[in-house]
This record gives sequence, structure tokens and C-alpha cells, in this order.
Amino acid sequence: MNYEFGFYVFMLAAFLGFELIRKVSPLLHTPLMSLTNAIASISVVGAILISGEKGASTLSHVLGFIAVVSATTNLVSGYLITDRMLKMFKKREPQGK
Amino acid sequence: MSVFQLLYLIAAALFILALKWMSSPATARRGVISGEIGMLLAVIGTLMRHEVFNYEWIVIALLVGTAIGVPLAILMPMTHVPQRTAISQACGAFASALIGSAEYYRQFPHGFVMVALCIEMLLGFLTTTASLMAFGKLNEMLPSRPVVYKGQNFVNLGLLGVAIIIGGMLVAHPENTVLFPIFVGLALIFGVLLIIPIGGADMPTVIALLNSYAGLSACAMGFALDNKLLIIAGALDGSSGFILSIIMCRAMNRSFTNVLFGGFGQLAVSAGATEAKPVRSASPEEAAMILEDARSVVIIPGYGMAVAQAQHKIRELHDLLTKRGVDVKFAIHPVAGRMPGHMNVLLAEADVPYDKLIEMDDINSEMGMTDVALIVGANDIVNPAAKNDPGSPIAGMPILDAYKARTVMIIKRGMSAGFAGIDNELYYMPNTLMLFGDAKSFVASLVKEIGAAVGA
Repeated sequence: MNYEFGFYVFMLAAFLGFELIRKVSPLLHTPLMSLTNAIASISVVGAILISGEKGASTLSHVLGFIAVVSATTNLVSGYLITDRMLKMFKKREPQGK
Repeated sequence: MSVFQLLYLIAAALFILALKWMSSPATARRGVISGEIGMLLAVIGTLMRHEVFNYEWIVIALLVGTAIGVPLAILMPMTHVPQRTAISQACGAFASALIGSAEYYRQFPHGFVMVALCIEMLLGFLTTTASLMAFGKLNEMLPSRPVVYKGQNFVNLGLLGVAIIIGGMLVAHPENTVLFPIFVGLALIFGVLLIIPIGGADMPTVIALLNSYAGLSACAMGFALDNKLLIIAGALDGSSGFILSIIMCRAMNRSFTNVLFGGFGQLAVSAGATEAKPVRSASPEEAAMILEDARSVVIIPGYGMAVAQAQHKIRELHDLLTKRGVDVKFAIHPVAGRMPGHMNVLLAEADVPYDKLIEMDDINSEMGMTDVALIVGANDIVNPAAKNDPGSPIAGMPILDAYKARTVMIIKRGMSAGFAGIDNELYYMPNTLMLFGDAKSFVASLVKEIGAAVGA
């Protein structure tokens, strides 16, 4: 495994993250937090790999199962609520109804 | 390159686009969809990998997770967004910590992989309990006041140090399984202790910081499993949480260490013994008359608006006054509420157009020309002591300059001090009117008064 390569990926992604987040208007900080919170549920990938493995022990199966459940909970609720919040952000003429 | 790797690559690109599109409200929903597709591709790609065999349990787990996640997102009222984020964060971090544990028991890895797993588990487990504690405090199941005791920082840092030492011992001898539960236990306890001294008003910073930890934990998992998608998504999340907490700290003129180890609001308790000073109060009728005669009104919402769920009534007030030709704006302090951007979401829920929500630096220059500053459930973020009194615990914190307005009206339940536990000299200023009552019902009576005048 080439860890050095992994560190370069990490470094670039972290800098990109800083640049992207700095541009987000404070208006959207709460939806942004829900969105990044949902993206963090990418750990579902690792969870699926652990629980789907052939010949894994019962312990890893159980741990993997719980991990998939909680990662999915995080994922589904994170995306849904972000969308629900963003639906409410509207620009409107002051007098318009 | 196999298919799943290609899907991972696309997913990573979609996550980056998701964050890019979040920068403006006009494209933000596209960003969410992009993030959703990215996640879907990542899951499909993973299911396609030849390492994955037992599909039944995975599918069941995905369904159970969805069954929990959907109601959590749909049924939660908007005022509970901070709590929901905390609990969701706990789930994500817990998943990542469990994967680390499963991976440890599977192969007892050595060297670099074990270091990555230890970091993953340490961050994962501590974020789990810390997020649950934050949830408890936000939901007011636990006291939201900071709990501090002598030597607390020593205990906390000592515990973290021991956890790290045991982690190091595990890296050196992964077969030593006795150490593993101790390591997990210490990480879990540290998460609890980390939140105990942190009070409600510091939650925006802490939630953002925990978000960052959860991302870094996923990132460490990426190193352990040699998965670049996890590294990228984790790093994006880690840097986003980190930068948000820096923004929050700056908005309070405090350092990270101060938020985490400060136990804010304690030092002021003894200093708060002031003699009773006279205040002027007004009835809804009087307040309504002043509002009707104003040309410009700035509404300053705080956590009290969220607690009283007054945002809808405030929007009605905004509509009525706008109809009468009054220029109504909302002044949003960066740390108002319990989450970064908390006030924006609540007002958006109540249909207030987002171009009416003005940030602190922009509105402060207009405050001197404002007729009425109407403060709803905010306290420390308008306290002039932050500017005038160098000895005040909030000295140096940027505030909304409500005191510059011609008339200041403060809707408040009583004269109690704000979160920081200090008195607010704004209440005793000659141009200040205290409007005592519950925010929601007081604004409702204002709406009724002004509405009657308009209707006549």
C-alpha cells in the first residue's frame, strides 16, 4: 500500500475543503453542517465491506451490521433534512405573496 | 481500473461539487442532489465489489437505517435542527468506530494500519459520546449550564493522554486484546468529560468541531482500508467542521482552547451582584405605536426566539410593517442560537426572504440610522459591555450595535441574565424599553395591535 499517496490525497482534499467552505455564506451554515454531516456517513462504505465479508467472525458481522444501520441513519436523515431546510430558503419581493 | 473504482472517483467529484454548490442559496439544492447521487454511487460501487458476499444482512441493515433516518429527518421540527445534527453525528461516528473495532478483531493489524485504526476509533468513540452529550444538553435533558470543577482540565487531558498511551501500546502489540476494551472505554469517557464543561451558547462551536472529528475519523478509516474515497470525503468534512468552528470562535472573540477548557460563565457569577437599577417597560399597545411610527426597524433574533417558536409571528410582524412602508430588516449575529446559521434556518422556515437577513458587519453600519431595534430573545450578542467593559467575560466579542438605534425594544421574559451570566447594561439605557412577556405571545399581540390599525 502506498501511504504517501494517501497523504497527498488527504492534503489536497483538506485544502480544497477549506477553500470551498470559506466561500459558503453564513446564511447557509446550518444546511452546510447537515450536508457535511451526511457526507461523513461515507463510512457506510467501510461498514458494508466489513459486514459483507466472506468468512468473517460473528463478532465482525454483528459490529458491521450495527455500523451499517447507524451509518445509514446518519446518511438518510442528513440528506433529507438538508433538502428540507434548503427548500425553505426563498428569495421574495417584499410585497409579493 | 475496475467499475467500483470508477464509481468511487465519480462519487468523490460529486462530493466536491456538492460543497461548491452550497456556496449560494440559488444552487444549494443542486448541491444536495449531487451529494446524494455521490453517496448512492459509493454504496452501489461497494456492493459490486467482489469482497462483498452476504447481501441479506446488508440490505436489512440499510432498510433499518433508512427506517430510523427518515422519521428523524421528517418529523423533527426545525427548532430541533441542532439536536438532530448532534444525534446524527453520534450515529455516523459510532459507525466509524465500530468498523475500526471490527477491523481490529479481524486481523490484529500491525504498523501503519493499526495507527490509523487507533486514530479512527479514538475520534469515533469520543465523538459518539460527545455528540450524545451535546444532544442531551441541546434537548435540555441535561443541564445546559457548564459544569466545572477544580482540576477538570488536568483530569480530561490526563485521560486523553492515557488513552493515547494505551493506543500506542496497542500499536506496538496488537495481540494484547486486554488493552482494547480499556482503550475504547477511555475514549468513550473522554467524550463525555469533554462536553460537561461546555455550555449551551458554545454549542455552535462544539457541534462544528465534532463534525470535523467525525470526518477525520472516516478519513483515518480511509487510510486503514486504503480507500481514497473515504480519505477525500473525510477530509472535506474534517476541514469544513474545522473552519466553521474557527468562524464561530472568531465571532465570540475566543480561542479554541478557551471554548473547550474555559467553562464559560462561571467567573461572572460573583461579579453579578448589582443593585436594582430602574428600567422602563412598555405594553404591547405602546410598543405597537412606536413600531408603526418608525421608518426603519431592525429585528435581532436570538435563541429565545427559537425556544418560544416565535419565528412565524415575527414574520407576520415583518409583513405588516413592510406593508405600512416600514423598512424591516433582520440582523443575524454569527453565534445567535445553538448552531452556526441557526437563526437563518428558523426565519427561512417562517418564509422570511433570505435577502432580508443581514450579517453583523453589514447591519452595524446602519444601526445608527435605525429607528427601532427590536430584540427578540437575544442577550449577550447585543451587550455593550463587550465593547465598553474590558473586565467583562465577553469583552472583545463582536456585538450587534443595537444600542445605537434611536429606540431599543427588548422582548424578554424577565430580568434574568443571559447565558454568560452577566448583566446587560443595554436594559438600563434611557432609550431602552423592556417588553416583558413570552416572545411568541408578545409578538402576537403586537401583530394584533398593528393589524387592527391597518385594518381600520
